[in-house]
Amino acid sequence: MVDTKKDYQKILGSVQKPVKGEAGKTGTWSPKKPIIDLEKCIPAKSGKPSCFNCWLYCPEAVVTRTIPPEIDFEFCKGCGICQEECPVKAISMEEVKIE
Amino acid sequence: MTITEKKSEISDKKIKILTGNHAAAHALRQVKVGVIAAYPITPQSPVVEKIAEFISEGKLKARFVKVESEHSALAVCCAASATGSRVGTATSSHGLMYMYELLPWASGNRLPIIINLATRATGAPWSVWTDHQDFITIRDVGWIQMFCMDNQEIYDTNIQAFKIAEDSRVFLPAIVAYDGYILSHTMMPVSIENQEDIDNFLPPLEHHYNLSDVSVVKGIDPVTTPHLRDRGSEGIAPGYFEYRYAMQKALENSIEIIMNVHDEFSEKFGRSYGNGIYKTYLTEDADVLIFAMGSVASQARNIISKLRKDGLKVGLVSLKLFRPFPALQLRKLFNDTKLVVVFDRDIGYGYEGVLSYELKAALYGLKQSPFIKGFIVGLGGRDVTDQHIIQGVTKAIKESEKGIISHETDFIGLKLENLGDYDEADYFKGG
Repeated sequence: MVDTKKDYQKILGSVQKPVKGEAGKTGTWSPKKPIIDLEKCIPAKSGKPSCFNCWLYCPEAVVTRTIPPEIDFEFCKGCGICQEECPVKAISMEEVKIE
Repeated sequence: MTITEKKSEISDKKIKILTGNHAAAHALRQVKVGVIAAYPITPQSPVVEKIAEFISEGKLKARFVKVESEHSALAVCCAASATGSRVGTATSSHGLMYMYELLPWASGNRLPIIINLATRATGAPWSVWTDHQDFITIRDVGWIQMFCMDNQEIYDTNIQAFKIAEDSRVFLPAIVAYDGYILSHTMMPVSIENQEDIDNFLPPLEHHYNLSDVSVVKGIDPVTTPHLRDRGSEGIAPGYFEYRYAMQKALENSIEIIMNVHDEFSEKFGRSYGNGIYKTYLTEDADVLIFAMGSVASQARNIISKLRKDGLKVGLVSLKLFRPFPALQLRKLFNDTKLVVVFDRDIGYGYEGVLSYELKAALYGLKQSPFIKGFIVGLGGRDVTDQHIIQGVTKAIKESEKGIISHETDFIGLKLENLGDYDEADYFKGG
């Protein structure tokens, strides 16, 4: 009979759930970080949950879907995609010191 | 055109006259695959054409994904399987080779996908006729590989293959092969079983993946390091080495499960194929055993009674399960044999026929190892005749008596002598 409790039978396909900071504090990778101008940002200005392109496009999921959106610089790699996607040009890439 | 038996009142079991391709399509319909993605290629195309027909007629509720290549076909199959769906496809030759990149993704992710392979020679030169080169070429990717000898066996093996592949101790993809044209386009009576019986035999897939459940954010195929991975709150994850160990052990252990599934199937449906991994024919008292697969084995079976009338005690072992290679079982089977004649419709180019050297390796260290003589036959659809089998057996007996062990390949059925003064250089001369 085949033993169903053999240890290797629990190892199937390689899977993972997102874990925060698996690759370390990736925020140190780039000195430039996106700064949101809340005067221009659509949800911040209107006070309504809208747009959120920065949240949607962020490949690192460091932007929150909140009013106003917040960006976690500890893990933001500074790629600038949010700046590119912001329809009202509310985001600019500026040098920020990361501890 | 389909000729059907008179249907009984309660049963939808019937005998249909089907080609090998359509037998495969009926099996895929009855196992209720959820997703099909396939690309047409000779001689497999009628499988997917028939399935498209089943879907359009409402006989199969499956999603048919049209793709632009075999590479995409298997990519779709992998993704669909990872959502927990039962998935099947079909291909041949260069189609399978185009899928090659995705084959180890399917096995490595332990996705129970079934490919039907109508075997066909690989180019160049261009050929659409059968040999086993395409089937042999994918032997190291971690798929279960089975070969069929008639259309009923194609249907039955498909149904068994899903049950084997989806077993929680296995979770591996499998390939069900049959000779192109010789079976793929030849009609034979095939028993199509009751849907209810099939459903009872093959319960719905309980997959280890379910990516369609969006409440759990989960990715597959992350970059997997050589070493164990500390995943914080997720715990310690295996490294690549552990995944491949688990896959290999699952393959090794699947042999017993394959035999069990075969036995269960034969008990339920009354048809058996040897022990599910090989079939024997008149082996008990045989002095010489022929070892072959698919069409070549069929041809050998055909001639054995004649050889026996001539006083040669010949038997046949036709291999059904090629991967995992059932070395242990074959060692027991060939333990008392003096001579094995292997007919390969394939070559491990640069070495010997693949079945020939696989068998030699499997029997290594036996106290009374048989003399093994291999022949190459029927490449690119060249007919394998009774005469070729007789010629091989006769030559093997002579060589075994002299004890000549050679690693040079021996071809049967070549017609070099009939080429006359053929000289390829003539084609490129002026004029």
